[in-house]
Amino acid sequence: MAGPVSQRAAVRRKQAIFRWVTVSLVLAFFMLPLIGMLDFTTKVRRGGRTMATWKTLMNVSEISTKYPALKEGFIASIGLSVITVVIMLALLVPTMTWVRLRLPGMSRLVEFICLLPLTVPAIVLVVGLAPVYSWVFYLFGESTLWLGLAYVVLVLPYAYRALDAGLRAIDVKTLSEAARSLGASWFRVMWRIVLPNLRTAVLSASFLSVALVLGEFTIANLFSRRNLQVAMYQLGKSDAKISVAVGLLSLVFAFVVLFAMSFVGAQRSGSRRRRRPLAAAVAPAPAGTGSVKEPS
Amino acid sequence: MAKSPRSGTRALGGIKPSGALAGVVPFFAYTTVFLLIPTLVVIIAAFVSDGHLTLGNVRALGNAGFLTALKQSIILSALTAIIGAVVGGILAYAVSTARPDGILKRFITSLCGVLAQFGGVALAFAFIASFGAQGMISAWMKKAGVGPSSTLWLYQWDKGVLLVYLYFQIPLMLIVFLPAVEGLRPQWREATETLGGTTWTYWRRVAMPILFPSFVGATLLLFTNAFSAYATAAALVSQAQPLVPLQIAGTFTSETVLGQANVGKAMALAMVVVVAIVMTIYAWLDKRSSKWLVR
Repeated sequence: MAGPVSQRAAVRRKQAIFRWVTVSLVLAFFMLPLIGMLDFTTKVRRGGRTMATWKTLMNVSEISTKYPALKEGFIASIGLSVITVVIMLALLVPTMTWVRLRLPGMSRLVEFICLLPLTVPAIVLVVGLAPVYSWVFYLFGESTLWLGLAYVVLVLPYAYRALDAGLRAIDVKTLSEAARSLGASWFRVMWRIVLPNLRTAVLSASFLSVALVLGEFTIANLFSRRNLQVAMYQLGKSDAKISVAVGLLSLVFAFVVLFAMSFVGAQRSGSRRRRRPLAAAVAPAPAGTGSVKEPS
Repeated sequence: MAKSPRSGTRALGGIKPSGALAGVVPFFAYTTVFLLIPTLVVIIAAFVSDGHLTLGNVRALGNAGFLTALKQSIILSALTAIIGAVVGGILAYAVSTARPDGILKRFITSLCGVLAQFGGVALAFAFIASFGAQGMISAWMKKAGVGPSSTLWLYQWDKGVLLVYLYFQIPLMLIVFLPAVEGLRPQWREATETLGGTTWTYWRRVAMPILFPSFVGATLLLFTNAFSAYATAAALVSQAQPLVPLQIAGTFTSETVLGQANVGKAMALAMVVVVAIVMTIYAWLDKRSSKWLVR
């Protein structure tokens, strides 16, 4: 009869086989359409391959003369990313730190509000934002960049999770008490003490936001503004190859960001919860469901 | 920190409680304007037309077009949620048996993160490029003689759209469900074995009952995710409006009929109601499932 050790080894072997079969099958489903994109962009009518589409895409001057809409959308998306990240950080970092230090009773409320956008479909948000934006466009002009104000709301849940993981890992209270007792102003505490300690969390919140903004379509399209995704969508009707290439590129970019972040998160600490800041930040559990527990 | 929120505030003091509240004003002001007001606008405007209260907008939802779209949206969301949950759940278990910090797990979670959260239009493009008239996979299928004669299926809500939705539902399931599967302790399996249980006993009597609430919860989450999705469907379906988000977008862009905007708000309210019901069940389940799993 097999002993417990060999029995465990057998279980392990079975698990490994099961793992590889399952992962290969599902990965095939995930990868095939992406490979299909690559195939589509390099195909020539009579068989054979060409890199012409990708060469065009890498050639900045050619892109801007041949596809002005794409250039416009790309620039708008870059601007939107910057605006979104700046407002998001300016709004969240001080508020979350402050709530931890002075208003712990409000942490549930802030968490609830930050996670709320996950339960409100973007299309519903657009419907509700229409009157707000008619004011914004009326007061400040018709720039696409004002969409950044709404994007901040879209990225709130992801940014909140990332920053929350960062704040958990440091002792904000002791740090700021020390700084305050040495005579630092609140601004100095924020700028010189809290922010440097939150580096990784701020970085991952920012990258998640950028990836999300670069992929945003719903709001821009329905407000008839042109960002990268809308430009790609419109171009898809006239020049499919370029737009598919742009689509593939944006997916690859988002993947690189997330993959790199999975390593950044791992270096921080040995605790189980903190080893997966990415999964925690990306998982869209809705508001107030106890996914983030207060240590008691 | 939760233990003694007041202790040690002396060193941080110098500001009265009202002053402490001032620190969170910008945050609440911002979220009021860009999150709470829009939500209220949807709820209130659904019952207002030309400045007075009415049930007309809600009654307008009774037309056949909207009800069909609602039915199709719910069927599509439910189907992709269930298939996505089963396939994604199996994948999550498979990935959970890999090394915790191994490259395989990182690769899969990152890939799933991209497909589940950041895809949108690009995912629709991926399927058009692969399964469209000149697509790689259509060519393969034609060669093998199994493919359908036209590529029309790709743009129908119950075929192509369903397939594309699975392309972001399965990854989402992995992301949501992986923490639950990783919460299964190896000791539980060993305990089962010590007591003479087989692998089947372990799954039937231990793992499944523990995972079941999380599994149902994740399925509900997938449902609302598919139900709210717009970008992918919009990029794929351009002829008709078979789904609720597309119908809302239709009322938003069409300026032909006055008052359509308010019907759009009523549709949005209907969406919020469906999502709210599902989320309430989810919250209740999540409370139950967190009893066993330390997250």
